[in-house]
Amino acid sequence: MSSSTPAQTRPAPSRVLSHWLSGRGAEALTGWLMVLPALIGFLLFYALPTLRAVEISFTDWNLLREPQFVGWDNYVRLWADDKFWNGMKLSGYYVLLNIPLQTALGLFLAVAMDRLTRSLFVKSVVLLPYLMSNVLVAMVWLWMLDPILGLVNHHIAALGLERMPFFGGVDQAMLTVAGVNIWRHMGLVAMLFLAGMQNIPRHLYEAAALEGASEWQMFRRVTLPLLRPVMVFVLVTSVTGSFQIFDTIAVTTNGGPLDSTRVIVHYIVQNAFSFYKMGYASAMSMVLCLVMLGYTVIQMRIMRANENDLA
Amino acid sequence: MNPINSITPATPLTARQRWSAGRLLAWTLLIGMLLVTLAPLWMVIKTGLLHPHALYAESTTLWPAEPTLLNVKKVLGLMSTDEALALGGSGAQIDFLRALGNSLLFTGIIVTLQTISAAMSAYAFARLRFPGRQTLFALFVASMMVPGVVIFIPNFILIKELGWLNSMAGMVAPFCLMQGFSVFFLRQFFLSIPHDLEEAAILDGASRAYIFWRIVLPLSLTPLATIATLTGINMWNEFFWPYLVAKDPAQQVLPVALQSFKSQTPQGQPDWTGLMAATAITLLPTILLLLAFGRRVVESVQFSGGK
Repeated sequence: MSSSTPAQTRPAPSRVLSHWLSGRGAEALTGWLMVLPALIGFLLFYALPTLRAVEISFTDWNLLREPQFVGWDNYVRLWADDKFWNGMKLSGYYVLLNIPLQTALGLFLAVAMDRLTRSLFVKSVVLLPYLMSNVLVAMVWLWMLDPILGLVNHHIAALGLERMPFFGGVDQAMLTVAGVNIWRHMGLVAMLFLAGMQNIPRHLYEAAALEGASEWQMFRRVTLPLLRPVMVFVLVTSVTGSFQIFDTIAVTTNGGPLDSTRVIVHYIVQNAFSFYKMGYASAMSMVLCLVMLGYTVIQMRIMRANENDLA
Repeated sequence: MNPINSITPATPLTARQRWSAGRLLAWTLLIGMLLVTLAPLWMVIKTGLLHPHALYAESTTLWPAEPTLLNVKKVLGLMSTDEALALGGSGAQIDFLRALGNSLLFTGIIVTLQTISAAMSAYAFARLRFPGRQTLFALFVASMMVPGVVIFIPNFILIKELGWLNSMAGMVAPFCLMQGFSVFFLRQFFLSIPHDLEEAAILDGASRAYIFWRIVLPLSLTPLATIATLTGINMWNEFFWPYLVAKDPAQQVLPVALQSFKSQTPQGQPDWTGLMAATAITLLPTILLLLAFGRRVVESVQFSGGK
């Protein structure tokens, strides 16, 4: 890389170029060189693929023959494709099952840890499920929820109730997947909230306590409002993440039984890599992307994401 | 500890404050959640230690009557196929050591390259003036918003065109140079370092590159470790991309190997003791990481909430 010297001395007019090379020019060159590796990664694996995805979505392409331009055909087709809408609905349903409970449990865990303990052991256990891959978590719960041998059904049967199929039940599979992912993510949400809570000035609680506020009032009037920026972050990332649920389903139900867990990303992957319909799959992913973008903008607006009540 | 009590820190807590009904309830719920987290993991480990023939009798007991490492040996391929089949199950193996090696390599390459690349560009964005700086930074930040579902098809096609399917290069390529969050996070940190040190070095005639490597990076070990830890956790657990581009057993990382082991076992009659032994072994590195670097991991994850 090049070296630079500060522009301490005024250059003689004849030496403008060499001055540029040793001063601001060198700085600019160094800047570009330092950004270069990330820029290459950005162009090759983010910017160009995004543009290419738009292009592919207007083609019929099975990877074997040359892509054929088909105009808006893919978009027209997905509009009339029940399985596409079923996938969107299932992903939306999953988000509704997942997010409220996950956020509430995470918030509870965070408040409990904030008030009760600083123990590293407790924090580690809370975070442990998030440190496990989705595949690993899926294996754990396939066993726990096994209809015949699983511990959960053992206890259900012991209570005299009917054993449940969980992943194998048309009306239960989605609920089960949501439950498993709540188990994996509530600890992460809790740790993020806890980090936010530790930024809330303690004197606010002291003042509230002097005024005779109860724990619940302090939570409602101090903690929750001041957590808003963290809340926006958690909601935006977890909702857009949940909408793209795939891993757990790929390992446990693979879209079944009877398409009851064929969420949109699973349907897109199936189209791309089982049916080799790259164009159609790309068109669907474009629509999905627009839906999530719309959600993000609305969520940020509603929750005034850029303002901070502490500032 | 409890902020309410910190008003009068000199006064010891009264028994009532310490054990009010509310606190007792909160503790009970907290311990309940910890058990809900740990109990399933224990059941996995316990089942992995069961003799396959003891599975039906002991599937729901809390402790194996006669713990055995047979399943571990079977899963790791340390016994002959005949022996394995005699125990029941599919005879499927998980080439654990190879998958572990692939996972370590996959994670290691990405963490190293991505952290260096992110630090370099973050420093340039924080300190150097060059044309296009603002636009480029805005684009980098915007790349965080691009959902994976949009770019995985073009990226898969690119890797295929490069002939990198079923190779380590194909697995690491999309991750190893660029991660918007890392750049953003490190730039914030570099902006917070006082200018004085760098200015003094510039007056002494040091180059920007020298300042970056010798002055700024050594001051930034904590945020660098945070970013490396976060990237490491995410990549260690990454399933989707390696699953798409590297299904070949020789290249599988741990999550893919575990998934393929599971898909080999018969649907009606899964080889549960084998599966659970494989799951428990795969869980081991994560638990070791927490035991060794618990505080670092917890704090790093908390930082990912964005500041």
